[in-house]
Amino acid sequence: MSVIEVRGVDRSFVVRRRSGRLRRASTTVHAVRDLSFSVEAGEMVGYIGPNGAGKSTTIKMLTGILVPSAGSLRVAGYTPYAERAALAQRIGVVFGQRTTLWWDLPLRDSYDLLRRIYRIPADRYRENLDTFTDLLGLGPLLDTPVRQLSLGQRMRGDIAAALLHDPDVVYLDEPTIGLDVVSKSNLRDFLRETNRERGVTVLLTTHDLVDIERLCSRVMVIDAGRLVFDGSLEGLHGLGEARRTLVVDLVEPARRSTYPTRRRCGSTGRDSGWPSLPRPAPRRWSPPSLPPTRSPTSPSWSPTSRT
Amino acid sequence: MRSTVSLWFAVAHRSFRRYSTYRAATFAGIFTNSVFGLIISFTYIAVWKQNPTAGGYDVADAVTYAWLGQAMIMTVAVWSGGATDDLAARIKTGDVAIDLYRPVSLLGWYLASDLGRAGYHLLTRGLAPMIFGALVFDLHYPANALVWAQFAVSVVLAVTVSFGVRMLVSASAFWLLDDTGVKHLAAVFAMFFSGLAVPLVLFPGWTSDVAQALPWAAYLQVPADIWLGKHQGLDALAAVGFQVLWTVVLLLTCHLVLARANRKVVVHGG
Repeated sequence: MSVIEVRGVDRSFVVRRRSGRLRRASTTVHAVRDLSFSVEAGEMVGYIGPNGAGKSTTIKMLTGILVPSAGSLRVAGYTPYAERAALAQRIGVVFGQRTTLWWDLPLRDSYDLLRRIYRIPADRYRENLDTFTDLLGLGPLLDTPVRQLSLGQRMRGDIAAALLHDPDVVYLDEPTIGLDVVSKSNLRDFLRETNRERGVTVLLTTHDLVDIERLCSRVMVIDAGRLVFDGSLEGLHGLGEARRTLVVDLVEPARRSTYPTRRRCGSTGRDSGWPSLPRPAPRRWSPPSLPPTRSPTSPSWSPTSRT
Repeated sequence: MRSTVSLWFAVAHRSFRRYSTYRAATFAGIFTNSVFGLIISFTYIAVWKQNPTAGGYDVADAVTYAWLGQAMIMTVAVWSGGATDDLAARIKTGDVAIDLYRPVSLLGWYLASDLGRAGYHLLTRGLAPMIFGALVFDLHYPANALVWAQFAVSVVLAVTVSFGVRMLVSASAFWLLDDTGVKHLAAVFAMFFSGLAVPLVLFPGWTSDVAQALPWAAYLQVPADIWLGKHQGLDALAAVGFQVLWTVVLLLTCHLVLARANRKVVVHGG
């Protein structure tokens, strides 16, 4: 059974900006267009794409804090925006750039508040807290106020917080952002373990492809609000030509047959961290296509408009 | 239901503890309140020397009022501050999204949190300057246990009314993105109409009646008059009823405004 069902979802925002002294022009920005996918129970899916592609918008719709402009969503059998409170019991969210913990309180107090918010049975709470304290090494941190935790410590605290109420689905929005290599690796081990042991469905947003490589069997790529790829990581690597040009300057001239210059070499794209998508032709650098002259209505930083 | 109440208590308790971690700020605040209490007391003594029955107070009433005012500033959070400021900050940073997806009421959460804060401020910034004032001046005290009880209820209601007003100010950040301007404006109104600057009973003629009907009267004038025994019997009940009325009106308004804000964020995007 699919835990997450997204069918033809659109989300647009109206952005108003000044277009004159008093006039304001409204433009509609499509954050997500015609998005469809489904995630099965127990899957661990990577959700990647450049900044502004619509990842966070998707996650916000899946948690119910944004209503889609069109299309339908189901998470764990609920329509997120209509049944937000009921859904909240079944999902956990980690925002890498925000914390769900209480800044001035010791970690333990945050967890106790969460126990009450989610009405976690006392024995289940103790069991989960013990497990996570153990696996994430939170023991010495439990009595430290969150504001005194380092980023890596806080992130571990946040991940435990998201899992305390045994959610079916966890959204991880850039959970490894800003973490060092060792912390990232430990966090990944924990996530893999949790996914396997508890069968939690995980939707992982990240800019670090290594996260995806280590954790997810399936990747979805979103670009400009559209899903452009949904499949295995190998498939994604195979998709792009992922070629790069290697120019070699030799100290001494060599025989052409031994060192062919300007030959295009195939690459797996693996080492680049980000596979390049198919390109029509080898790219030559050309200046960005800016209009040659600025119109008088251009922003006020342009000296010509200050009249 | 019981678990919800226990959650609110837990929130209030944590909020109390949170404020109690900043001890230096508490001592500095108590010192400031005490100094201002002295200044205002001497000013009132001078005023009541000229007019010994101004506003129906005698000079001891007036000096008591001055110290009650100092005690209530932080407890009621007359100008601003408290849990509602946290909300405004969270709206600005977008952290409010986290509050929204939790299966608890935003209003209940912040009210519990603010009551916890008020409890801490009452025991420190309220009690300490009051004791200092009592040592320096001859003050009036509630006549009997009933008046003490009425005063206690009145203080809690003063906090809820002030919370309602501050919550509306903070919620304006959902539309304005920054509530600083509204907050300053609200602080001026609160300062003037709570009776903190000048007791409302001193306002001339009908302006006094108008001021005493506004929600800010519930901050200081009403609890002070109960303490001083100006409201007796049914009159005391009416005074508390006035606070209850404003609490209900303001919390309902908050509820509607937050529902709209929620709709705005959820439907239109934040």
